Amino acid sequence: MAEKIKIAQYWGAGCGGCDVALLDIDAKILDVHAIAQVVFWPIGFDGKISEIEKMPDKSITVSFYNGAIRNSENEHIAKVLREKSVVMIAFGSCACFGGTPGLANVTNKKEIFETVYKNTPSTDNPDFVTPQHHIKVKEGELELPEFWDSVKTLDEVVDVDYFMPGCPPTVNLIAMAVDAVAQHVTKGTPLPPKGAVIASDKTLCDECKRERVEKGRRIDKIYQAYEIKPDPKKCLLDQGIICIGPATRAGCGAMCPNAQMPCRGCMGPTKGVQEQGASMLSALSSLLNITDTESQLSEEQVMTLMMQVKDPLGTFYAFTLPKSMLKKAVTERGRRKVVS
Amino acid sequence: MAGPIINDATTKTKERKITIDPITRLEGHGKIEIFLDAAGNVENAYLQIPELRGFERFCIGRHVMELPVLTNRLCGVCPAAHHLASTKALDAVFSATPTETAKKLRELFYMGQYTHSHIAHFYALAAPDFVLGPSAPSNKRNVLGVVDAVGVPIGAEVIKHRSYGQKVQEIVGGRATHPVFGLPGGVSKQISEEERVQMQEMAKSCVEFGKFTIKLFHDIVLANKDYMGLVLNQDAYYLNSYYMGMVDKNNKTNFYDGDIRVVDQEGKEVLKYKPSQYLDVIAEHVEPWTYMKMPYLKKVGWKGFVTGKDSGIYRVGPLGRINVCNGYTTPLAQKEYEFLAKTVKDLGVKGPVNHTLAYHWARVIELQYATERMLELASDKSITSDDIRGPYNEPKEGVGIVEAPRGTLIHHYASDKNGLCTKINMVVATTNNYAAINTSVIQAAKALIKNGEVSQGLLNKVEMAFRCYDPCNSCGTHSLNGGPALEVTVKRKDGSVHSVQRNF
Repeated sequence: MAEKIKIAQYWGAGCGGCDVALLDIDAKILDVHAIAQVVFWPIGFDGKISEIEKMPDKSITVSFYNGAIRNSENEHIAKVLREKSVVMIAFGSCACFGGTPGLANVTNKKEIFETVYKNTPSTDNPDFVTPQHHIKVKEGELELPEFWDSVKTLDEVVDVDYFMPGCPPTVNLIAMAVDAVAQHVTKGTPLPPKGAVIASDKTLCDECKRERVEKGRRIDKIYQAYEIKPDPKKCLLDQGIICIGPATRAGCGAMCPNAQMPCRGCMGPTKGVQEQGASMLSALSSLLNITDTESQLSEEQVMTLMMQVKDPLGTFYAFTLPKSMLKKAVTERGRRKVVS
Repeated sequence: MAGPIINDATTKTKERKITIDPITRLEGHGKIEIFLDAAGNVENAYLQIPELRGFERFCIGRHVMELPVLTNRLCGVCPAAHHLASTKALDAVFSATPTETAKKLRELFYMGQYTHSHIAHFYALAAPDFVLGPSAPSNKRNVLGVVDAVGVPIGAEVIKHRSYGQKVQEIVGGRATHPVFGLPGGVSKQISEEERVQMQEMAKSCVEFGKFTIKLFHDIVLANKDYMGLVLNQDAYYLNSYYMGMVDKNNKTNFYDGDIRVVDQEGKEVLKYKPSQYLDVIAEHVEPWTYMKMPYLKKVGWKGFVTGKDSGIYRVGPLGRINVCNGYTTPLAQKEYEFLAKTVKDLGVKGPVNHTLAYHWARVIELQYATERMLELASDKSITSDDIRGPYNEPKEGVGIVEAPRGTLIHHYASDKNGLCTKINMVVATTNNYAAINTSVIQAAKALIKNGEVSQGLLNKVEMAFRCYDPCNSCGTHSLNGGPALEVTVKRKDGSVHSVQRNF
C-alpha cells in the first residue's frame, strides 16, 4: 500500500463549525483515513506547531485552514503551515472572506476591548484591566497572542491554492475535495488550477426551488423575515424579503430558503466577483427599478426605498467584509455611505 | 481487551515551569502553565484562553433579527444553543409569546442538539480516558482507540446516533450547523407528517442508545475501583462551589425554558431568578493573562480561585444542573438520577455532588433525558400544525436564557425602534465555568504533581480536571488523527526550552 499522504487542519478565528462539518461526512471520514495521516488538527499552538516547524518544507500534502486571521498566533500558524504544505486550502468562509468574525472590521481593538472588558453590563472591572501580550504574575511570566486591530483573510497573509467557501462547507463540497485529492494521489489525476474555488459556478438562485417572477420583477416594500409569512413556493425576494441568493455562489442546496428564511450569503460572491455586497446592491436596485434609466423616481424616493434596508452592512456583508473593498472605510456612520 | 492503564512511570524535572500546550480533547484553544517551587511542588497553575472575537462590539448596529444567525457563529459545536438563546432574547425584545407549536418545535430541535453534543463528548472526548485509561499511550488515547477496544459495531452506533441528533436539527432548524428557523414569537418552518414520523423513528433508536450508554458507563466506570478512586479523590477533583442551572416549576431539569436556580454548598436554594434578572445575580471579573472573563455570584463576590460559601464561584453544565434539580420528567433519566442519588448517599455524600468527575455521570443521564424528551415531542402529532408564528410588538430590550450542553447561556439585547441593535451582552456557558475550571486545574496540579515527578499520564490527569466540564466534538475530529496532541515543554526560568515530551 502506498504511503499515506499527510494532512493538517487548523482553526484560527472560527467557531468549530468547520470541524463539525468534517465529522458530518460520517462514513466518508474512513475514506480520508484510508489515504491520509493527519499530522496536525485544530488545537495547536506554539508547542505543537514547533513540531510542525521541524518538518521539512512541503512535507504536508494538504493543509486545511479554517477561521480568519484575528491574532498573532493565527497568523504565525498559517505561515508555518504554508511553508510545510504542498497545497494550502482556505476552508470555510472565515478563511476565504473573513466570515462573521470579519464584521469586526467596522471597529478596532480599542473599541472591542472597551466593549468587552468595560462597558458590557455584567463586567465588573473598575480599573479596566485588559488581556496583555506579556504578563508578569507572582510566579513568573505568561504570554498571550496579540490581538490585531482588524481581521484578515487567509490569502492576505499567505499564498492560498484553493478556496472552499461555506459556513460551514457542506458535506458534498467536502466530499468533492476529498475525491479530488484521492484521485490525484491514487491515479495521478491533475488537481484543479491554482486559485480554484471548490464549489459550484452557478448562483444560489439556480439551485433554489422557489419560483421567480420571470418578467417585470418589482418590489415596493422590504420586509424582515418575521414581518410576513412568505408564500413557501415563491421567491423570497419577489415577496420583499432580502435574500442574498442572486449575489451568492451555489453549492449549499439553498438550505435557508428551503427553511423559509433568506440566504445571508455565506457561500460568498459568485464566480469572478469580489464584491458580494455591491453585487447584491446592484441586483436589488434593479428590483426596486432604480437602475431603470426611464425611472421617474426622484433621488429622494430612491433613498426612501433603500433606507428600508436598515442595516446594509450586516445585510450585504455578513460574511465578506474583510474581502470587500469597503474594508476599514466603513464606519458606523458610514452605514449611509454604503446605501448611497 | 487489556485493562485500562491508570498510571505510568514518572521522571523528575528540575524545571520550574511546565507548559501543557495545546490542551486537548476540548473545544477551542487553551494552554496550561504550571509553576513549580524549588522542591518541585506546584506553586500555581493557569489555564489561559488565547482568543477573542468581539461579538459584543460588532453586533451593535446589526438588525436584531440577524442576531440568531450571527451569534450562531460563536460556536459551531453548539450553534443550536446560541440560536435558541438568541431567539428567546428576540421573544423578549419584541414582547412576543411563541405559539405552542413553535415552543415544541424549538425544544425538539434542541433535544437533537443535546443528543449530538453529549454523544460526541462522552465517546470522543471522555471515553478515551476511561476505556483506555488516563495513562494509556496517547496515540491510542482517542476515539479510534476506543473503537478498537469496544469494537467497530459500537463505533458505528455512536456515529449513527450522533448523526440522528444532527438530522433532527436539520429537519426542524433548516440546518444542523448554524440553523436559521428562529423568529420572535415562533419559527419559520412547518414540519410535515412525514418528517415527524422520521424523527420519531430516530428518537426511538436514540432512547435505546441512551440506555446502552448508561450501561456502558456503569460497566467501565462505576465497576472499576481505580476509576472510582479517581472520581472520589477529593484532593484532586472536588470543589465545594455554588451551582446554577435551569429548572421547570417543579424544580425538574429543563434545557429550553424555566427559571434559573442557584444552590449553595449544602444544596440549599439561595436564588431563583428569571432571565430578565440575571444582572442582579452575575458579575464578571477580568484577569490580564487570559481573554476570557470570569463570572461569579455578584452578592457573594469575587475572592479569587477558591471555593466555599464566601467565594462567588459557581458551576454550570451537567453537574450544575443535576445539583440544582430534584430529578427529571422522563422515566429512564429519573431512574438513573435516583440511582446516582442513592450511590452518592451510600458513599456518605450529603448535599450536592461536588466531585468534579461526576460531570460525566450527569452527562450520560442528560443524554437519556434528551432522547426521551425528543421521543415525547416527535410523537406529538400536533407539532405539524401551521400555527408556528405568534404576534409581536415594537422592539425594545430583552434577555433570553437556555441551558447549553455546557451550561447556562445568556443573551441580552437592546434595540432601537428600527430594530437595530444598540446593546448586546452575552454570558456564555463555558465562561460561567471558567473560574471553576481554573480552580480545578490548580487543585489537580497541586494534588498530582509532587517533588517534580511528572509523566504524560499524570499531566493528562491534570487535563481530566478541565475536560469533564467541556463537551465538544471538534475534539473528536482532532482525535481521529490517531495522534492526540499532548506536548509538554519544560522551560527554564528564562523561557528557553529545556526538554520536550511528546506523544504524537
